[in-house]
Amino acid sequence: MSRLGTPFLDRNEHHPLEDYLRMDRIPHIWCPTCGLGTALNCMLHAIKKSGIPRQNIAVVSGIGCSGRAAGYVNLDSFHTTHGRAIPFATGLKLANPKLKVVLFSGDGDLIAIGGNHLIHAARRNIDLTVIGINNFNYAMTGGQFGPTTPEKARMTTAPYGSFEHPFNVPFLVDSCGATYVARWTALHVRHLTNSILEALHHKGFSFIEVISPCSTVYARRNRLGDGLDLLKYYHENSEIRNGINTRKCDITFQGRLIVGKFVDKEKPTYSDTMTKSLSEALGDRYVPYQGPMQGKNGD
Amino acid sequence: MKYWRKPLDTDRVKPPHGEVHIVIDRCKGCGFCITYCPRQVLEVSTHFNRKGYHPPTVVHPEACVNCGLCETICPDFAIWSTPVEEPEKQQKVTSEK
Repeated sequence: MSRLGTPFLDRNEHHPLEDYLRMDRIPHIWCPTCGLGTALNCMLHAIKKSGIPRQNIAVVSGIGCSGRAAGYVNLDSFHTTHGRAIPFATGLKLANPKLKVVLFSGDGDLIAIGGNHLIHAARRNIDLTVIGINNFNYAMTGGQFGPTTPEKARMTTAPYGSFEHPFNVPFLVDSCGATYVARWTALHVRHLTNSILEALHHKGFSFIEVISPCSTVYARRNRLGDGLDLLKYYHENSEIRNGINTRKCDITFQGRLIVGKFVDKEKPTYSDTMTKSLSEALGDRYVPYQGPMQGKNGD
Repeated sequence: MKYWRKPLDTDRVKPPHGEVHIVIDRCKGCGFCITYCPRQVLEVSTHFNRKGYHPPTVVHPEACVNCGLCETICPDFAIWSTPVEEPEKQQKVTSEK
């Protein structure tokens, strides 16, 4: 065994998710008590449980701490430019409609710089599964406040507390037309795994917000302890309210957290409406696009 | 486990039993698994791993019911449990101790 090998690991023992991880890149660089590892763990468990063949899944991530997830998963993955995870994923989905495209990205990428793409993907109801990790700040660049930072939370660029009204993300995507909206925290691992599993099988735009602890910046700037203390806060203050009106799930600084599955409905997706509209206009001349995998898998 | 009334099928239904595996040097000592293990199987160890963190150690191996919560909550893919096939033997061993 090399000097850098792990002496305590029996080589016959393997983590159940090793097939889905690029083990040469593990351990990852995320901070101790960060919730991103837990969210990635839940996502991989859900992918494993879903039974979808691994060649039919693509993971797309943007920029930020969460962006590194694409490099850690042993699936077809795509680390895109800042805020443009949804456009790249939309392109993937349109070019290969049979692909299950999963986005794993953070609030700074999805909701701040990529906010415009988020609302339009939700409006078009493109068949994507979006896992939005919300840690309330731009953590990788040093803790600047962003559009999800709760009022009164202190950040690097808001030393007297943020005074902006934050986004209520489930309400934003719900009002734009998303057909599956849920919010869980990094503590609700079972609910989160089941929710991702449901979203993978859901047809249409699914958005799952994951409230995740950021120990190095958010917790430290606000004197909240570390990630474990934030998990304890989630434990004491989160309230599961499935099916509640998303208008009511605002986030306040260290206040009640409303979590649960808020929206689960059926609506024609982008490809459905495109096929329907063009078939009506062109009749038999329109041949729906099946994707490059046609014939290869015999279906 | 304490029951306020003895269920009728206790002789037939046995709780599953699991074995915890920990990759000591992959752990970053966050303590999620120790805090949220429903059966309090784990505890913080006194020794350091190669990175300088205190990894968890198994103190009540007989209490593990293979629920897999540690495996799912671990951000570093460092802990998991596997089912143990012969729960009767395991229970006998622990009672002898």
